[in-house]
Amino acid sequence: MRVLRHFHLRSISRFATSFVAVALVLASVVLTCSQPANALPAFARKYGLRCSACHESWPMLNYFGQKFKDNGYQLMNDRDAPIWQNPSYWPVTFRITPIWHRVSTGKVEVDTYAGGAATGGSAIQRISTSGFDLSGLDFHTGGVLEKNISFYLLPSSDPTGAFHFEQVFGRLDNLWGSSWLNIKLGRFELDNLLSEKRILTLTGNGGIYQTYHFIPVGDGNIFGQIGDNQFGLEYMGHSWDDRTRISASLLSSNDGNVNLSTSANAYTGFFAGSQAFDTGRLGVQRVGFYAMVGEAATYYLTSGGVPLGGSGISNKGFSREGFVGQFYFGQHIDLQVVTQHGSDNAWFGQGYGNAILSDGNGGTTATCSSPTPGCPLNNVPGTALPAGSRAPSWNGVTAEGHYVYSPQLIFIGRFEAERMSQQATPGTASNLGNITTYTIGYRYNPFMTSRAGFAWHNEYNWLHQDGTGPTLGLTSANVNTSEILLGFDFDF
Amino acid sequence: MRIELRKWSLLLGAAAVFALPLPSWAQLTIFDLDTRLGTESHIGNITGHAKDAAAPYRRYCVGCHGPLGDGEGENAAWMEPPLLPKPRNFQLGIFKCRSTPTGTLPTDQDLFDSIARGFDRSSMPQWSTFTKQERADLVAWVKHFSPRWAGEKPGTPITIPPEPEVTPERIKAGRDVFARVQCWKCHGVLGQANGPSAATLTDDLGRPIAAFNFTEGSRPKCGDTDRDIYRIFMTGLDGTPMPSFSDNIKPDEAWDLVFYLRTLMKPNSKEKQMAKQLGLKPVDPNAPAGQQ
Repeated sequence: MRVLRHFHLRSISRFATSFVAVALVLASVVLTCSQPANALPAFARKYGLRCSACHESWPMLNYFGQKFKDNGYQLMNDRDAPIWQNPSYWPVTFRITPIWHRVSTGKVEVDTYAGGAATGGSAIQRISTSGFDLSGLDFHTGGVLEKNISFYLLPSSDPTGAFHFEQVFGRLDNLWGSSWLNIKLGRFELDNLLSEKRILTLTGNGGIYQTYHFIPVGDGNIFGQIGDNQFGLEYMGHSWDDRTRISASLLSSNDGNVNLSTSANAYTGFFAGSQAFDTGRLGVQRVGFYAMVGEAATYYLTSGGVPLGGSGISNKGFSREGFVGQFYFGQHIDLQVVTQHGSDNAWFGQGYGNAILSDGNGGTTATCSSPTPGCPLNNVPGTALPAGSRAPSWNGVTAEGHYVYSPQLIFIGRFEAERMSQQATPGTASNLGNITTYTIGYRYNPFMTSRAGFAWHNEYNWLHQDGTGPTLGLTSANVNTSEILLGFDFDF
Repeated sequence: MRIELRKWSLLLGAAAVFALPLPSWAQLTIFDLDTRLGTESHIGNITGHAKDAAAPYRRYCVGCHGPLGDGEGENAAWMEPPLLPKPRNFQLGIFKCRSTPTGTLPTDQDLFDSIARGFDRSSMPQWSTFTKQERADLVAWVKHFSPRWAGEKPGTPITIPPEPEVTPERIKAGRDVFARVQCWKCHGVLGQANGPSAATLTDDLGRPIAAFNFTEGSRPKCGDTDRDIYRIFMTGLDGTPMPSFSDNIKPDEAWDLVFYLRTLMKPNSKEKQMAKQLGLKPVDPNAPAGQQ
């Protein structure tokens, strides 16, 4: 017996030793077999810098990259103007992401069948699906037309190849030699320190910041989404070392849609400011604020019942404001925090405003020709708000942490919570629409040069929303959605 | 006889086999560098530690300067001097921008300033976003590549006398110095880097190198204040054909030269206006000594 036990213990010990050895070998393969550790490769090629010089992990900027961007994609030396470039230099980068992912959505209402015929009833079930897939294709082209005149052009396709212009702007940099005077005109990302366009995650719900897009259930305000690229004019200024940054933008309240079709004659202001502090070995810490204050249409004139683009009237107000913090704890760990308090006018809260929506490709589509049966009554000029309607308001927070093992390997963890503080309609469940989500993942770049970027990407996202599922009895179900994604993310 | 021949062949063969690794022994390896991780730098009251700069060096610098600091990062191959100079080889311990006499090591402060200032006409940007501590650590890291710091101390910074008042006479005197020490041979009579020697210039490693063009508006490599320019020609740019003129130019003359060089440089300056009022002509390379 003792011999057996001894043998058994030795087997366990041997197994454990083997397991640890294999784990160590695998870990060492992942962690150390890398070449010395890369982003918009067009910029990296121009300046002969590795992607890691500007990116904490591609595509997320680090402090040096933020300064480069704030200077109009210039390093502020004599090599900025394109005249210095080799004639074969081409400022274009392609980015695409082939993936495998599995999406699981809980509590979906499906028709029921019996004996080969529909019963007319429905059931609630979870739908899970998996398979190989593709992201859209981005053509990034940007840089400097002449010293202190920069540009960015980003035609972007959805996975079917339908293109739109995601970002287009020209920028006058360092006017009169001052880094405090920069003017940008076009369609651009708002001055968000935690950039959604440079997000490190790719899943459907994890690939955006919920805090940047949250609107209450039934709310018709599609205009106050700080994560979307917007049309407008931006003033931006910063200190020489980028420690102090300020910006103010005047935007069309059209959610970045072309042809003045959405919410014409309405404008929004976006303001941001931040200050960074030198904290020695911990790194540079930055704290700041942002505020978006605007108005947008709640009605559209109709013709034959169909809302007319560009005919928005009866503008109502909305606001988003919050704090931003970028905290570094040495060379490997950082935490990025964004808070938000949001508020929409009561008319938006009752669903007015979204009669014309984005078609997802930068265009617009009329979504509701009320009083067509089935459409919400959200576009009938002259109607009165339901009694007791209130301005919906909410609070949100995004906290994203990174462990940067090396420029080639980054681990990501994110938590987001959006909580309603006042529903538009009295009597609505106070938690309706609340979102809780977390995302974890890592990106591993097997090589790092100034010529191309390639990441092996693994990610898991889980999202919970209160009360937006099918109605069960007297209450609506909470919905849980999860997604796991593996893929190659590369640009060249 | 045949046995004798075979014996010699064997001996030669063995010697060749053992001699093969010799060239690699002569090269610095990562293991050699590990023994120097205790290298420190001292900037004011900040102490930089080489061991703390490994990660930032890998993130920001290694692409050009290479893992061994030999200037052979993967980007080096794309840099073609003289238009784009090759990255610095830190192993040699030779630096252009110093406050110390020619041939000596720079001070830690010199390296610290160079990192934040960057170098125009090269791929080295201004790394001004680092904290002071991070820069001090990187200075220590740069030092750990060269054995020179183990056996030598940095030179004593040169003394720069207070800057005198600019006068038309001083500008004219500066032009005489420009002619006397033959700056024009490399920099050209108008400072356009087109002197008779310009096309033949090479650095200490035999690579083509361009003389500084005063007229195109880029910053002098080692800083653009008057004191910086004074320092450049009194310390020289080690590793390049630009010598130190500390033995040929008196401090007062050096200031005269600074004022004259300002008349050649792009931003409008009082020196430039004075030169215009004087109707100052460029140096004449063929004029007899002292008769400009």
